[in-house]
Amino acid sequence: MVENKHQWKSWLYLAPAIILLLVFTVWPIFNTLRMAFLNGYGNMAAIGGATFEFGIENFLKVIEYKEFLQCLQNTAILCVATVPISTILALLIAVALNSIKPLQKTLQTIFFLPYVTNSIAIGMVFAAMFNIVGLKQGSAMADTWGIINNVIQFFGGEPINWINAGSSYIANIVVMVIYIVWNALPFKILILLGGLQSINKQYYDAAKVDGTSKRRVLTKITVPLLSPMLAYVIITGFIGGFKEYSSIIGIFGDKMGPADDAGRLNTMVGFVYDALERDRQGRASAAALILFAIILIVTLINNKVIKKRVHY
Amino acid sequence: MKVVLQNLTKIFPSRDKKAGKEVVAVNDFTFEIPDGQLVGLLGPSGCGKSTTLYMISGLQKPTSGKIFFGDDDVTELSTENRGIGLVFQNYALYPHMTVMQNVLFPLQNLTGKDKLSKQEMLDRAYEAARLVQIDELMDRKPSELSGGQQQRVAIARALVKMPRVLLLDEPLSNLDARLRLQTREEIRRIQKETGITTVFVTHDQEEAMSISDVIVVMKAGVVQQIGEPQKVYDDPKNLFVAKFLGTPPINVLEGAVKGGKVYIGEEAVMEVNGVEDQDVYIGIRPEGIEPNANGALECKLNNVEVMGRDASVVATHEASLNPVIRAIINSDIKVDTTAETIKFNIKPHKFFMFNKETEERVYFEVK
Amino acid sequence: MAKNTINVMKERDIQKLSTGQKIARVLAKTGTYAFLLIMALIVLFPFYWMIISSLKTLAEYRQAVPTFWPRQLMFNNYVEAFTTAHLGDLFMNTLYVGVVSTILSLVITVLSAFAFARLEFKGKETLFGALLATMMIPGELFTITNYITINELGWMHTFTALIVPFLVSVFYIYLLRQNFMQIPNELYLAAKVDGTSDIKYLWKVMIPLALPTLISITILKMMGAWNSYIWPKLVANDDAHQMITNGLRNAFTDTSGQANYPVQMAAVAIVSAPLFLVFLCLRKYIMSGVSRGGIKG
Repeated sequence: MVENKHQWKSWLYLAPAIILLLVFTVWPIFNTLRMAFLNGYGNMAAIGGATFEFGIENFLKVIEYKEFLQCLQNTAILCVATVPISTILALLIAVALNSIKPLQKTLQTIFFLPYVTNSIAIGMVFAAMFNIVGLKQGSAMADTWGIINNVIQFFGGEPINWINAGSSYIANIVVMVIYIVWNALPFKILILLGGLQSINKQYYDAAKVDGTSKRRVLTKITVPLLSPMLAYVIITGFIGGFKEYSSIIGIFGDKMGPADDAGRLNTMVGFVYDALERDRQGRASAAALILFAIILIVTLINNKVIKKRVHY
Repeated sequence: MKVVLQNLTKIFPSRDKKAGKEVVAVNDFTFEIPDGQLVGLLGPSGCGKSTTLYMISGLQKPTSGKIFFGDDDVTELSTENRGIGLVFQNYALYPHMTVMQNVLFPLQNLTGKDKLSKQEMLDRAYEAARLVQIDELMDRKPSELSGGQQQRVAIARALVKMPRVLLLDEPLSNLDARLRLQTREEIRRIQKETGITTVFVTHDQEEAMSISDVIVVMKAGVVQQIGEPQKVYDDPKNLFVAKFLGTPPINVLEGAVKGGKVYIGEEAVMEVNGVEDQDVYIGIRPEGIEPNANGALECKLNNVEVMGRDASVVATHEASLNPVIRAIINSDIKVDTTAETIKFNIKPHKFFMFNKETEERVYFEVK
Repeated sequence: MAKNTINVMKERDIQKLSTGQKIARVLAKTGTYAFLLIMALIVLFPFYWMIISSLKTLAEYRQAVPTFWPRQLMFNNYVEAFTTAHLGDLFMNTLYVGVVSTILSLVITVLSAFAFARLEFKGKETLFGALLATMMIPGELFTITNYITINELGWMHTFTALIVPFLVSVFYIYLLRQNFMQIPNELYLAAKVDGTSDIKYLWKVMIPLALPTLISITILKMMGAWNSYIWPKLVANDDAHQMITNGLRNAFTDTSGQANYPVQMAAVAIVSAPLFLVFLCLRKYIMSGVSRGGIKG
């Protein structure tokens, strides 16, 4: 390092970053904490001169809300369903990709494509694929059942009302899981394939000499040696899952649910924004803090479980 | 189990398709390794020794030629069915498993009628561990072991399934000098105790010479010479083998045979029979020349390095291809270090001639 | 270990195993490719469906039996999409926000990373540690207060509101600092001996050497602008400042099944195209940037 006579110069270089961080990162941390603990805080009301008592009423109100519990449930279901599915699929694809030579680069590019899409735009495509067009109320006839239902019918199944008015909660969740997994695969495949390619090839030669079966190579050698990367994608997967929001907007639009049941698929993040737009910053802050706490706890649990299984 | 290599050839397609040049890594290698012997494949890097080893292991398939274990043709057989043990240069110990788990691993792969009970596996693992003296370290992870210990674990893992042939890829290259000496004795001992036919690869001629029953010297995919280490050293077939074996390296000078006399520069240094006139390279082992006032070879004296038992006389000569000419002599022999020049006497059995074009050995009788 | 090593297998066994294994190997390879190709088709299908749907007539789209290639190519859908959703204005808005915030962000990131990597000042390590700690906190926590701040600054419905709050990314500073630290300090000392100013040294030496990282940051930043939805929806959802994703979503709100899907798909295709083009040209930078920790969001 260089002895610097002009310390002010360093601070000059850092000034723009520090000022912006103070205003848009540091201050919000304190202010959000403050608002969360001022009962019923609303910014407009505060400007109007209202005062608020210190307390935990915001948190109690949030937890009492039926909507909030619904959001919590939706978020948790989506997390628990999508993280294992996408991780296992990504692992299988990465392992398969790593084992082939011709077409490897091409397939790798294809599998990365969903990453460079706009999750709301492509959500609209998924919505179109699941959508039933022209279904009359109380009638069993529609103009078109949508391509997914066409495929189901082709294999002799009954069409399902996935996302339209009158659709079931489970059908909605299935659509969301499919879309979120589709969206989450590229990142996971990229990281896992990178990890696989950095494993010393000699371990596989050694296993081959010893006549190790493919299955055993995967479970006893590849997965343990890949465990740091797996841990990484699982933890980031959970964090991303708890912040799920825009993929639902993509498919269901602002209503966050089918036409006849708006808000049914709302998530924690969605709840925070709804409260914010209704000038209930106290509750929004409380909900955001709860979200933060949940993410922190899940990450800690993950870390603890994973530490037992991650090698080195 | 004897191992027979028959016209073994390996050609790698060129990486750059436009250049279209393929690489012949091993060219027409034929050799029979007798049962229970320790064979060293020796050569500079890129000579095809590792490729040969990997073809014996089955990790690489020969382009043509055959490999036999005993009477079984194993050429088409995949690695796991050949019954070999392979010790990798970097050991390839699984970092997430303990020593015990590493050694047990090959046994747990056995299925069907070869499947072993838990107790049998443990017995076999401990037997192998005792053989290489790591039975104290069974609960450690590879990262907690020294290089030498890791090497032993790798050998134990290779031995535990009682291989028909043991293959070692540069087994000592990752060890420091002192451990190297110790480990090579160890490899020799283990090989003698088990009697397993063993092939190892090295670029270090001293290592190969010191423990092999037979060495195979290779260059650019072609076998140069096969034989007992001392025989190859004493009787090299060509200039490459002569230069590759021995430390310090052989002295090489330009010379010529004219009318039954061998000339170095203007001086005739030896009279020989049965050799046609030709230009030659002359190789003289460092222990093959000694100072002698009436010696035939006169050189400029540089200095004398005394190394305890031996001394090394360093001199120069215009015809020498090496920067200096070295003579290893008993340190009791006194040399006048103030003299400008020194004369050497040449021992005929340490004196080799090679045709200048073919670099093949030119045999002769001393008159 | 027994002196006589065991003959693990007799010759006949060996022959049998060998052919059996060859078949197994071919099957395994076929299986691997089949799996990958099927997955690739699943991954690609939405893109395919988007494109063919965007080219169909509404009548063809609404047929009970779907067609997998449009009978009549309706390029007019694209024109209609462009005008209905005002995609032209949205493109310009998004491009403006993307370019301005990328440039400003790069300047701030480079200056900060340089200070952290090369200069010595009191409290440097503490400050850097504090910055890294803020990365742990989810962005939603900041959004609430920032919404109020923007309101109080009078920046509601301005481009400024879309640009300024996200100019500093601790992650980018961290990434670039790591990159700068790999450049030998001797180069800096030599420059000082020659009397080169810091800024000139930065410009002539460090920036060229760290170019790949800077390109990655640029791409991720532009992609961020292109994909942003939540924050613009809160602070600048009016026509004059709408970002492309918001405009797209707002233009096609009818999810009841009566929407003109071909036009909608054409709009989605138009919005997706620039990202694809950038990806195809700069695949290497994007993938390396992402694998170093550019988590989507």
